[in-house]
Parts: sequence; C-alpha cells; structure tokens
Amino acid sequence: MSMRVGDESGRARAESNDAGLAPTATVRSPRGGEWRRALRSFRRHTVAMIGLGFLVFIFLACFVGVHFAPSPTEQALLEPTHGPSWDHWFGTDEISRDELSRVLHGGQVTLKLAVGVAILTTVIGVLIGAVAGFYRGWVDELLMRFTDLWIALPALPFLAVAVSIGTVSLGPLGSLDLGGPLGMTLLLSLLLWGSIARVVRGATLSLREREFVDAARAIGSTNRRIIWRHVLPNCLGPIIVNATLVIAEAILVESTLSFLGFGIQPPTPTWGNLLTNSISNIEDTWWLVVFPGAVIFLTVLAVNFVGDGLRDAFDPRRQVRA
Amino acid sequence: MNAAAGFGDDLQPALQVTGLTVEFTLGRAVVRAVAGASFSVQRGETVALVGESGSGKTLSALAAMGLVDPPGRVSGAVRIDGQAVLGLREDEWRTLRGRKVAMVFQDPMTSLNPAHRIGRQVAEAIRVHDAGVSRRDARDRAFALLERVGIAPAAARARDYPHQLSGGQRQRVMIAMAIANQPDVLIADEPTTALDVTTQAQVLDLLRDLQREMGLALLLITHDFGVVAGIADRVVVMYAGRVVEEGPVDAIFASAAHPYTRALLASVPTVGAARGGLRAIVGAPPNPGEIVAGCAFAPRCPLAEDRCVAQVPELRPVAEHQRAACVLADQIAAGRLSP
Repeated sequence: MSMRVGDESGRARAESNDAGLAPTATVRSPRGGEWRRALRSFRRHTVAMIGLGFLVFIFLACFVGVHFAPSPTEQALLEPTHGPSWDHWFGTDEISRDELSRVLHGGQVTLKLAVGVAILTTVIGVLIGAVAGFYRGWVDELLMRFTDLWIALPALPFLAVAVSIGTVSLGPLGSLDLGGPLGMTLLLSLLLWGSIARVVRGATLSLREREFVDAARAIGSTNRRIIWRHVLPNCLGPIIVNATLVIAEAILVESTLSFLGFGIQPPTPTWGNLLTNSISNIEDTWWLVVFPGAVIFLTVLAVNFVGDGLRDAFDPRRQVRA
Repeated sequence: MNAAAGFGDDLQPALQVTGLTVEFTLGRAVVRAVAGASFSVQRGETVALVGESGSGKTLSALAAMGLVDPPGRVSGAVRIDGQAVLGLREDEWRTLRGRKVAMVFQDPMTSLNPAHRIGRQVAEAIRVHDAGVSRRDARDRAFALLERVGIAPAAARARDYPHQLSGGQRQRVMIAMAIANQPDVLIADEPTTALDVTTQAQVLDLLRDLQREMGLALLLITHDFGVVAGIADRVVVMYAGRVVEEGPVDAIFASAAHPYTRALLASVPTVGAARGGLRAIVGAPPNPGEIVAGCAFAPRCPLAEDRCVAQVPELRPVAEHQRAACVLADQIAAGRLSP
C-alpha cells in the first residue's frame, strides 16, 4: 500500500530538498525572480506539461463537463447493462446508470478530497516542521517524535476504527461523519502530514543557519517574522512539490480504502467506490473496472509528472544545462 | 571603567565592552573564544578591531549584538549608550538591534534573502521597528536609503533580486538596511573582504561618509591594515581572545608596542618589498581550547622571555592613549627592541 509514507522516502526527499535549497546566484541568471525562472524551467518540461494538461482536462470534465453528461442516478430501465456506446461512453453499470456520469461525480468527491488533504497536510506540516526546525532543542524533539507517532500509526486499523465509529458529535459545531467526504479528508490529512513536516523541518534547519537569517536578527526581526519572511519563502519549492505528491497519494489511498470498504461510504460515489462492486464481475462488465481504473491511474500519473516537473523546476542544479 | 575608552574619557562611549568573555562547552572542554576583551567606541569615532582568524573579533561583535547562540556563554559587560545589555531578554534585544546597534556582515552574497526584492528587504528593516509605518511610506524611505548608499535609480533597482546585483551593490543594500533605523553603533564585520579591490574602496568611502554624516560609532572588524589606515581613528588588536594592543591609528603604525602588532604590520605585503617575499608570522595561534600559560603570543614571539609564560600581561599604557599587553612594550615602543 502506498498509504504510509515510509521513513526512507520521507528522509530521502528531505535530503534531496536540503541539498537543492541554496539557489546558486550566478551573474548569468536571467532577470526576474526565482519564480519566473522556475516557471520557465517547468514549461520546458514536456512530460510535466502533458501531465498538467491532463489534470486540467480531468478537473474541467469533473466540475464542468459533468453537467453535459447523462444523469448519474437515472436508470435506463429498459436497457440492459451494456458496454461503451455512443449514448453511454463508459457503458452503464449493473443497475443501468451511466458510468461516465458516475466517474465524473466520483471524481468531484475524490479530487476535492485530494486537494483538501494536500492543503491541510501542508498547513499542519509546514507549521510543525518550521517550528521544530527553527527552535530545535526540546521543541524539535517533542514535535518530531509526535510526527513519528503519526507516521508510524498503522493506517488501516486506524481508519477501520474511525469509519466504524461513523458520525461523531462536535458539540456546537454540529456533527461529523468520519466515513463521509469531509471526515475522510480530515482522517487522511492526519495520516499524511508527517512527510511534509519532515521536509520543512529539514529545510528550516539548513535555512536558519544562512547568513540572511542572522542579518534579519541583526535588524531586530522577531522569530515569527524570520520564519514567515525568510525561512518559508525559501522552502516554497519543496513544499509545493510535496503538496503535489500528497494529491497523488490521497487519490490512491482513497481508492484503496474505498475498495476495501474503509473509505468514503456508499452511496457517495468516489473513484474507489466505483471499483468496489465491479471487480467481482470483471469478466462480464469489464468497462466498469477498466474506465474508472484508467482514470485513477492516469490522474495519479499526471500528478506525479507535474510533481517531477516542479521538483526539477525548483532544483537549481538542473538550471546549469538549460 | 572609562579608562578603557582611550581618549575622550569624559564622554560616555556609544559602545563599551568590558571584560567580555565568550565560552563554549564542547564535551568536557571549555573553549574560551573571547577571554576578557575590553574596548570602546565613541560617537563619531571609527575603531578598527584587528586580528587574525579565530582571534575573537567576530564573536566580540556578535556578543555586542546579543547574537551569540547557546551553547555559547557570554559574560562581562557590554554597554550601548550607557545601557547594560548583556542578560537582556530576547524581546528587549530586538528593540535595540537595528535601532541602537546594527551590523553589516562579511559576505553580502549570503546576507540578503534570495527570495525577496531588495527594495522589500530594506523596507522590512524599517517596518520591523515601526509597525505603524505604511507600506508606501516604508517603500519611499527604502528608496531614499537606497539612493543614499548609491543604488540608483532606486525605484528601478528596488525591484531587483539580490542575484541581479554585484557584490559591492549587495553590500550597499546591507548597509542601507543597517542604517535604516539610525543606529548609534554600526558594527561592520569585514565588510569588504568578499569584494574586489576597487569596490572595497568605494564601500569604505560610503561607510566613512555615513559615519561622519550620522555621527555613528563605527566598529570595523578587519584584518586588512590597508583598510585600517584608510578609515580608522583608533585600532584595537586582538590575539587569542584578548586585546593585546590599542591606540590611535598613527601611533600603531609608527610605534606599535606589542610584538604581535609589529609582526602583523610586517606581514603586510608592500609593493617595494617584493624581493624579500612575504613575511609570515612563524607558528600558528593557539587553539581556543588550548590553555597557554602566560602571554598567548609567547610561543610565537621572537622576544619571549621566561617571565612571558609566568603570567598573562596586563594592558599597560605605553604612550598617550596607547596601551599594550606586553612586558617589553616600553622598550619596543621606544625602538630599543625590535621583534
């Protein structure tokens, strides 16, 4: 399972980002900031641009195109379940609903969840990582052991228990269905923020030793200002790359969980849920496995391509050849 | 206490360092990087703090800024405008840094944040101390500061990122940030070491002009006697964490009284003396962790006697305003002994 961000991968990422932090200033540098340079580099990254194009297409399809697709709930009762046709591009499911519409609706849920998880993990991870790396000492020790705890948490039992609890009451805030889209977003965020925290901590540890941090202290900047203005802007690259990879991870994890029955509970359609029932009938209704599966696969691939492109774009060592 | 001030004893120095000690504990060993250094800088005065690498120059300066991080321990006394500052809380320090005492660092390549435009960085130096100033006012003041340090046209150059500037221009930006809040004391830690020779002169000129204009107390850390001769009023020579000699710049060049100062001056290459090759000081300075009995320079000193290793020589007056920590100082200054 790709769910647990393993120790190695987290550390390896942290290291590669550490090393890639120092933007070597050369006289040859073109005008414009780090950002414009990264953007230029990204645009030259063909695979990443293809990935980005596909993602834009998927998002448009799920959030705009869905309105032009047949209804996801309407059952074509007179027609038997059938494969792809002009009327139903992805075929119809076991109760004669349009599969394309269901994929697009499921995509809305899954993509929202993935982006939500990416945002939440980034916020938590950046906060904890930056504080741990900047203050070091016992603060670092405490926060990083806390991070380890969440990284080491066995995800499946944790989610199984959480989902079986179902709806919890949050007092005046109302109630939260842990098996619903929002609940699942929160649960996955809790499980996935560790790697970003580690990356940001590593980056902060190296950035805080840079002279411009001393210079900022020498003009009387507060620690908060130093973290916000001097440390974080210089590790935005690694942060963005990681957030992107979390999107891919969240899509995969959600699909896996839903497939196993620990994810977002039906009848809410998600990409994972679509696969749950159809896999047992793969010989008769192959399109119910192939199309949702292909969409998941291609989307995750595209996100990873974009992530690779971003990583290269923010890596100054790759600029020399360009 | 004020005897340390050299001349102008009746005035309160803008920066007064007395018996400053900076120690680090590494495992069981206590490393004393600065061992009881005393010196002071008056308003409108430029003092050069001279010494080789590891002599404690930079650490003394950082201690005066409250920027020595644990495990470093600072003791002694530092007064800025008469206010005792050692032991202040971090938030109390923050109100002083930039406003009372500011610092220009050695390497302008790394002292600016690569992620922000220089105009914004200078404006930030203003906003740090004045939360009430509007973005627009801060920007206008940043432009004026940039113009003042010779980055022109400021409005256009303010949009540059640090990597688009030359080393000298970056150091000018650093200086603009340092003087943004009209500090009384400006510490410049080898501000020209990373620059090429022509740029060095320009940056030094700028520092001297600003010092006169603003009446700054300028503490210039350097190991370059060319810089010292060009800009300093007084010289403080440090060796192995101690002040070994101090005096007016003319006196130091004409009649240095400490063998180490003499050796430093002799090792400055001059154009005429090319045939003789470079004169280096024999040996190496003691490791900060090493305990040297008596004078720390004795092992390398050609004039060392038995009494040199017996006890640490005190700073004693050898001439008006000139003091040296050497048992033979009087004879050396008078020219009767030559190392």
